[in-house]
Amino acid sequence: MQKKFNIEVDCANCAAKIENAIKALDGVNEASVSFMGQKLLLDADDDRFDAVLKAAVKAAKKVEPDFEIEL
Amino acid sequence: MTKKQKKTLRRILIAAALSVCAALLTLRYNFGWYLALAVWLVPYLTIGYDVLRKALLGIKNGEVFDENFLMAVATVGAMALGEYGEGVAVMLFYQIGELFQSYAVGKSRRSITELMDIRPDTANLVGPDGALTTVDPEAVKVGDVIAVRPGEKVPLDGVVTSGASTLNTAALTGESKPRSVQPGDEILSGCVNGEGLLQVRVAKPYGESTVAKILELVENSSLKKAKVENFITRFARWYTPAVCLAALVLAVLPPLAGLAGLLPAGWPAGWDVWVLRALTFLVISCPCALVISIPLTFFGGIGGASRSGILVKGGNYLEALANTGVAVFDKTGTLTRGVFEVVDAAPADGVTERELGAAAALAESYSSHPIAKSLWAAYGAPQALDRARAADAQEEAGHGVCARVDGAEVLVGNARLLEDRGIAFVPAEGAGTVVYVARDGRFLGSIRIGDSVKPGAAAAIAALKGQGVRTVMLTGDAESAAAPVAAALGVDEVHAGLLPADKVAQVERLLAGKPAKSNLTFAGDGINDAPVLMRADVGVAMGALGSDAAIEAADVVLMDDDPAKLGLAIRIARKCMRIVYENIVFALGVKALFLLLGAVGVANMWWAVFADVGVMVLAVLNATRMLRPMR
Repeated sequence: MQKKFNIEVDCANCAAKIENAIKALDGVNEASVSFMGQKLLLDADDDRFDAVLKAAVKAAKKVEPDFEIEL
Repeated sequence: MTKKQKKTLRRILIAAALSVCAALLTLRYNFGWYLALAVWLVPYLTIGYDVLRKALLGIKNGEVFDENFLMAVATVGAMALGEYGEGVAVMLFYQIGELFQSYAVGKSRRSITELMDIRPDTANLVGPDGALTTVDPEAVKVGDVIAVRPGEKVPLDGVVTSGASTLNTAALTGESKPRSVQPGDEILSGCVNGEGLLQVRVAKPYGESTVAKILELVENSSLKKAKVENFITRFARWYTPAVCLAALVLAVLPPLAGLAGLLPAGWPAGWDVWVLRALTFLVISCPCALVISIPLTFFGGIGGASRSGILVKGGNYLEALANTGVAVFDKTGTLTRGVFEVVDAAPADGVTERELGAAAALAESYSSHPIAKSLWAAYGAPQALDRARAADAQEEAGHGVCARVDGAEVLVGNARLLEDRGIAFVPAEGAGTVVYVARDGRFLGSIRIGDSVKPGAAAAIAALKGQGVRTVMLTGDAESAAAPVAAALGVDEVHAGLLPADKVAQVERLLAGKPAKSNLTFAGDGINDAPVLMRADVGVAMGALGSDAAIEAADVVLMDDDPAKLGLAIRIARKCMRIVYENIVFALGVKALFLLLGAVGVANMWWAVFADVGVMVLAVLNATRMLRPMR
């Protein structure tokens, strides 16, 4: 399942690092963080999407404490 | 400016004022080191507390090498060495750079949505009693009736129920072509209503309307990243640690060499000199300029293109378009209009074209054949010509019609029809369907009906060739119909008589034959050629306004059907890539230079911070050039 979220990231480098951190998570098929679009695209396994999303948000906050997401 | 930005600006101003105070105080009074440090710590913490906090959090979370860490180490190091002014200045300029970056990004994001300027703010809902209420377009349901007043944007897709007007599609297509609408016609959101009041029955909720789809497409385009964007991110990942390591070596190695007596004569041996140089290194090591300016350039390119009615679905496609080596076109509907029209007429000696045309149009006046329609379009509808002049029309199956016009027997049909009657005629040359006309056994002339070439198509092909792109035309039509069109357009290569599967095979062959670094674009109507669009490096759908299927299938969507837009798209893509490479070379060049100058002690921390922030500002300004629309 693929879903897009509106996010708030303050710096381009953090966006890139958040993207890498989320891509490395278990259960994530594809992830893209757009600094310009302020969007997150998450493609993860259907049956555990919510768990993966939670892990992704946690990973993002770890990289950038100011990371915000509109769920 | 957003609230956050205003807060940062206020902090910068306060910290700058405090720094001036600190500088004056330390100049006026001869403080001990602890008092001087205390005085300087006030502006330092005012401007840098969040950076220090994030650096600590980063270390705690195992995310060590980020710019907060670099800035924290560089400035804390400077303060520890007693370079208080430098420490505060670096932090101050870093924050100014960050603020500028965030402002520039916000501004370009806004200007892109403004450029698009298609998002409707309100809809006028018509109540059961006819009264209008102004509502949010998202609140309107399918089946509701809305009123669109003159000059207003159509907020939702629907069908006109009453009123007539002309719509301007410029905001969607980049081209201001008025389109007239009447009750029963479909209208698309994003168009601007002309002079008439319209009532529209809403056909789609806002989220599925044309405007919402286009805006979503543009906003999501930044999620599909170009190779060069990914390269920069990977580069940033090793660049920062590498510079940190180099800084460490720079801080430790020369003083150790000095202790061992191995340092060349004339080199300073003091620890403080080398540590300060190493800290200068750290200030330069931030890859911000690259990491911000490159996505910004792509975003600007995609935004600028969408204003011209070219929707690019991702930076990766912009990158691919820039390297277009072969442009493949479908013929019908892409290079030609896709409708049958009278192309030309060849009246026999002593016959005028009007006489010939009127005879043919009247003889066909009871027909429902597409050829009849194109004759009427060129020479007058039966109503206008007075249908009563024609009588006794008979279809001659497969050959044409025979009718009495003004009492004379008129034959309209193919060559066989005249041959069968033993009427001598002049065979016509050229593509398309030829209709021969005879009256009372005498040949009146021939009329050629075909799919005419779009007015700008030849110029568009010539422009592509001028850009070094090889042009190929594919068509399902017969060779005899395709060759003259190809010749008129000047395409390099043409393949006719192709079934849909053959088109895929041709594209495969062209893909295999082209140089590895150049890309193949395929432009079609986006509906019948989905497999080819998928196979091509870049699939371009033309005339896609209002066709969800075409928008879905293609990588690049041309909202109107002007083939010249492909050339424009390639020009935009090439400008975008040029700016991207300019920024890469410029930013890395300046950084390398300052790393060198910093290592040998020519550039101090002031230079370093100016180089860092300055490069970022210039790279961002260069990137925003992409926002200007191109013609």
